[in-house]
Amino acid sequence: MRDFHGVRLASPLMLGTAQYPSPAVMEEAFRASGASVATVSLRREGGQGQAFWDIIRGLGLHVLPNTAGCHSAREAITTAQMARELFGTNWIKLEVIGDADTLQPDPFGLLEATEALAADGFEVFPFTTEDQVLAKRLLEAGAQVLMPWGAPIGSGLGLNNRYGLRTLRAAFPDVPMVIDAGLGLPSHAADALEMGFDAVLLNTAVAQAGDPVAMARAFALAVEAGALARQADPMAPRDMAQPSTPVIGKAWL
Amino acid sequence: MRIEVNGESRELAGPTLADALAELGWADARVATALNGAFVPKGARGETALNAGDRLEVLAPMQGG
Repeated sequence: MRDFHGVRLASPLMLGTAQYPSPAVMEEAFRASGASVATVSLRREGGQGQAFWDIIRGLGLHVLPNTAGCHSAREAITTAQMARELFGTNWIKLEVIGDADTLQPDPFGLLEATEALAADGFEVFPFTTEDQVLAKRLLEAGAQVLMPWGAPIGSGLGLNNRYGLRTLRAAFPDVPMVIDAGLGLPSHAADALEMGFDAVLLNTAVAQAGDPVAMARAFALAVEAGALARQADPMAPRDMAQPSTPVIGKAWL
Repeated sequence: MRIEVNGESRELAGPTLADALAELGWADARVATALNGAFVPKGARGETALNAGDRLEVLAPMQGG
């Protein structure tokens, strides 16, 4: 796994903190997942923030605040500045949403916010698509990590555009990349790691499972398997069959 | 003066952002603030004056994906 802004993560699993049946289930799911990063957000003060923050701090993980729900660069930049003070980290998962139905990133707002935040000392994790040209522009704007989507947020569809993701991975071999959003099953996570992505970020797949703690454990096993498979250098697929049992020495019957 | 706090109109004496937070009971809360869409760092709240009609956002840690 490549380092993220100089940080070597113990696990390639990044897990969201939203939508769990209860704080206790969230805490247990995190422990079962072995996740190295917890994503968090910020919302209008309603009195629950401190208790939530105490649980997250107790997990002892890297914290990755997001700018979820922001639809303009300006909004995302202000939210990032507030997150930096609130959570005490330069890390920011930068979301600038361009469409309410697909929650697809707005490439123009994303680029503008990435440039401003990187210049202001943030370590930006831009939530982007598999678009290779946008990726190039984000890197030129100061991003050192990319977070291409697997599929739209919360859809659980897995890796929607394997060709595009494979091309993106190959185009920037030194850039740490996280598949963020759209994963529904542990096999999707294993798939991403087998393809050479460094980590996966998911939330709904665990939080909304019938048994979030068991699903968290399943994802832990899947990312371990996927990362190990990548290191083991997978065979190249081929169109035609090739016998695995030696032909030489076969009886003449 | 009338200030919009997290989308709700409130009557606050001020005169500074720090005073307003104390009035709202958030003097010691773990929050971040933005005034009229611009971030106000914690250290600047004491010298940030409020004006009638200002929009104040007070945000706290929350669950997120």
